[in-house]
Amino acid sequence: MNIEQTDFYTQAILSMAALVGLTSFLMLGQGRLLRLIFVFALQGLLLTLTTALAAYSLDNPHLYISAALTLVLKVLFVPWMLRREVLLMNMHRDVQALANKTTVMLGGASLMVFSYYVLHPIVQTTSPVMLNALAVSLSVVLLGMLLMISHRQAVAHVVGFMSIENGLFFAAIVATKGMPMVVELGVAFDVLVAAVLFGIFFLHIRTSIDSLDVDLLNRLNEVDK
Amino acid sequence: MIAAYLVLLIPFIGIVFFAIAGHKTDMGKFNIWLNAVCLLATVWLAVNVLNIGTILSPNKAFLIDPFNVYLIVLTAFVGFTTSIFSSPYMAHEKELGKLTDNRLKLYYSMYQGFMLAMYLVLTTNNMGIMWVAMEGATLATVLLVSLYRTPESIEAAWKYFILCGVGIAQALFGTILLYYAAVQIGDGENALLWSVLYENAAHLNPEILQIAFVFLLIGYGTKIGLVPLHNWLPDAHSEGPTPMSAVLSGLLLNDALYAVVRNKMLVDGASHNNMAGYLMMGFGLLSFLVGALFLHRQKDIKRLFSYSSIEHMGMMTFAFGIGGPMATFAALLHMTVHSLTKSAIFVTVGHASQVAGSQSMGKIRGLIKTQPKVGWGLLIGTIAIAGFPPFGVFTSEFLVLLATMHGYPWLAPLLLLGIGIAFAGLFRHIQPMVYGDKPEGQLPVKANLWPVIIHLGLVLWLGLAIPSFLAHWFSQATLLISGSTPL
Amino acid sequence: MNWLIAILQTTLFVVLAPLLAGWLKWCKCHLQNRKAPSLLQPYRDLIKLTKKQPVVSEQASWLFIKAPYIIFSATVLAATVVPLIAVDLPTSASADVIVMVGFFAFARFFLALAGLDVGTAFGGMGSSREMTISSLAEPAMLMAVFTLTMTASTTNLSGAIAHVLHEGLVLRPSFVFALFALILVAIAETGRVPVDNPATHLELTMIHEAMILEFSGRHLALIEWASQLKLMLYGVLIANIFFPWGIAESFGASALGYGLLAILGKLMLLAVFLAIAETLVAKMRLFRVQEYLSFAYLLGLLGMLSHIILEASR
Repeated sequence: MNIEQTDFYTQAILSMAALVGLTSFLMLGQGRLLRLIFVFALQGLLLTLTTALAAYSLDNPHLYISAALTLVLKVLFVPWMLRREVLLMNMHRDVQALANKTTVMLGGASLMVFSYYVLHPIVQTTSPVMLNALAVSLSVVLLGMLLMISHRQAVAHVVGFMSIENGLFFAAIVATKGMPMVVELGVAFDVLVAAVLFGIFFLHIRTSIDSLDVDLLNRLNEVDK
Repeated sequence: MIAAYLVLLIPFIGIVFFAIAGHKTDMGKFNIWLNAVCLLATVWLAVNVLNIGTILSPNKAFLIDPFNVYLIVLTAFVGFTTSIFSSPYMAHEKELGKLTDNRLKLYYSMYQGFMLAMYLVLTTNNMGIMWVAMEGATLATVLLVSLYRTPESIEAAWKYFILCGVGIAQALFGTILLYYAAVQIGDGENALLWSVLYENAAHLNPEILQIAFVFLLIGYGTKIGLVPLHNWLPDAHSEGPTPMSAVLSGLLLNDALYAVVRNKMLVDGASHNNMAGYLMMGFGLLSFLVGALFLHRQKDIKRLFSYSSIEHMGMMTFAFGIGGPMATFAALLHMTVHSLTKSAIFVTVGHASQVAGSQSMGKIRGLIKTQPKVGWGLLIGTIAIAGFPPFGVFTSEFLVLLATMHGYPWLAPLLLLGIGIAFAGLFRHIQPMVYGDKPEGQLPVKANLWPVIIHLGLVLWLGLAIPSFLAHWFSQATLLISGSTPL
Repeated sequence: MNWLIAILQTTLFVVLAPLLAGWLKWCKCHLQNRKAPSLLQPYRDLIKLTKKQPVVSEQASWLFIKAPYIIFSATVLAATVVPLIAVDLPTSASADVIVMVGFFAFARFFLALAGLDVGTAFGGMGSSREMTISSLAEPAMLMAVFTLTMTASTTNLSGAIAHVLHEGLVLRPSFVFALFALILVAIAETGRVPVDNPATHLELTMIHEAMILEFSGRHLALIEWASQLKLMLYGVLIANIFFPWGIAESFGASALGYGLLAILGKLMLLAVFLAIAETLVAKMRLFRVQEYLSFAYLLGLLGMLSHIILEASR
């Protein structure tokens, strides 16, 4: 099936998938926290647009609620909170040198290939479009994990965590046209609580180790004390 | 059905009450009462289910069948006995100045929040809600792990939060794939209901379901503490307040395993190559062996027993993976006795570390001389968890071994070896702690050992003779999971 | 007749290029709260420069004097390849996008040589920088263009545009990537703001201006004109490949007039965006240019990949 034979909705979804994947890569290679947060908000915006598009073309009003929730949570609230934290800690000036940026980017690329490989059996039963959408969202999830591994700042970890959620959300919207409403509300609630908890944690970590560098959290390991 | 709603309503009242008006009452006592009422409600529910079979609520949101009702009762029971222990324990911590009133409010409120999440995981009929509740359990306990606000506890909580959050995200991806497979054959809103999925399992696409199961196993496996996803578990157990360790070990791990088993039932229904079973066996055996080996290297008493939890969860996962009636029966029994024994041990461990003023095993010495009840409790609990004959753990481990001999005889030596290593690992640490002279300056603490006595008594009873109603109950659950009865 | 239109189109290119530069400057001035020069100012500058006598250094060889003519004609030849108001013209049918890139490279080669020729420090520095940037920009550009040509199954620009035009509105992820890649490359190649600043002569940052520092009079006019032409070429390329609607497919007067209006509108809009971007973004350090261009390359590559993975039939 070639792309020109598919309907406009599918084309739009594919473009969105590509852009969401791109934002994940951008986050992966970003050493400056404020830009990282900005790209994250951008990803949230793309997600909102995708959801609204799905709601419009599938004529599914409850997706509008999801879109609104995404907009408020992922585009406004979480980035605002993180930005505030970064400015408060005066971390926006230091550039965290990603020592092994090339390796990380290559790792990201291979993760993308890996997610296509993992999900390939699905193509036998469904359209390639769904495979693409699912594979992109899985790679967003995996790239989010890689982001958490490769960055040291707690703020970057939160961004990675939330972008994993973004990937899952994208999969839910595109592949299954949104989960049932109760589930979606539940997930949104969890994300909200998680965001608030992260805020509390920043406070605690700051007061206990006076920094948000996660590498300093190294007191607990297998054989100590 | 009213009982099921009651079970969910009571913890909810608890959360709100403790958060708003907790300081005005004796929170420990009130917590005990709440859990007691909850326990009664669950018993009522269990009697109903035993009499009339599976209950599906009218709006299809909740499903109570023999498999989950027994876990619900177990959850309520452990929650109740732990609350008995936690009341004097937390009061003592407050006297030591480790906690303030507000933190206690948070503690009790989140205790109920955790119980609510656990009940919701068990009772819900919706796989999506199950995920939401599972994540909710993490969110509720994460602030409890960092309750003492020491750098170590904050680190442990951060690790717990991040690892479990990321891990459980995989489970959501699996759930989405499951839903994706389900909407291809059914209607949208009801497609995630377990009752619907289970009926149509044979029509679900096996390819998608198998991929989904890998993600679900990794996701919920993080919560079970399967190696290599276990890193958060010893940290969270050792740094949080001890009652929390008891319920985490006794309940959270079980419920995560419950979620995996539910999903395995679907995958088994859709495909017939036992891929899910092999995966669970592999992860289970690995966790079992690694957990046993790591027992030897511990210096903190709570870390010691959290590795023991990893080991036992590994064995249960392994047993569920073998499938078949006998292994499933054994796994269910092991779930029960492990929960009871492990929470009893954590209760004694909590008191022991209060006696010594430290969790370091080098500082805990001569417990039997200092406070005999605590010392003997710890010793007997350890004997039980190591799998000595009169106790229930022996019975279940023996059954697992038997099932392994039948199905995969070449794996039996590995199991035996693991049990041996774990036994040695536990006793080399426990022996100097309970025996020996009373150290200077260590005084007995106010302790309520009824939970320990009840738990260990039950485990002993289960080891000597399984009461017929319980055997009937277990066989019903086994029938549900494995498709045939063990006897 | 067709050749006539082709010549007309190329003439339009050459004539309109300074106007585009004027419009861009006008927009930028207004955005920055400055008083804008007239739209025709670039023409006046060119005329003024042509009237002046060129001053040539004693050390300069024949290359220095010939270079402006070579550069200008190579750029004009490149312009013949790109469809401005109509597709299927004989000039663009005979050459494809690789030839266009080749003409650009040819012009740049002579520009760099001329910069080195006089032996001043700035000329050499500018040439070296220009070659560094172009060696990075060219693969990115080709990657972006190849994404398009793979979709259209031809490297002929006119054919590719006709293909996009006939296909109707199809949202392609690969085109989105290629568009961004091409915009980034265009900014680098035409020496616009984050890479180079055409408005300053700061010795440490200038690239293009450093090379042409020694030129004067009509030589300078030709080089300036060529670079304005290049800017317009890239603009037309972006506008017509990605948004080809309006371009004339037949050679009737009305279709051509409509095509002219369409491309003028598109270019005006594009220039506004460029002006906004130049106002908002600060010039980056020279050492970060390679990062910027490798990002453009990455985008081009992603475009290519998403074409293969997302769009190709299975």
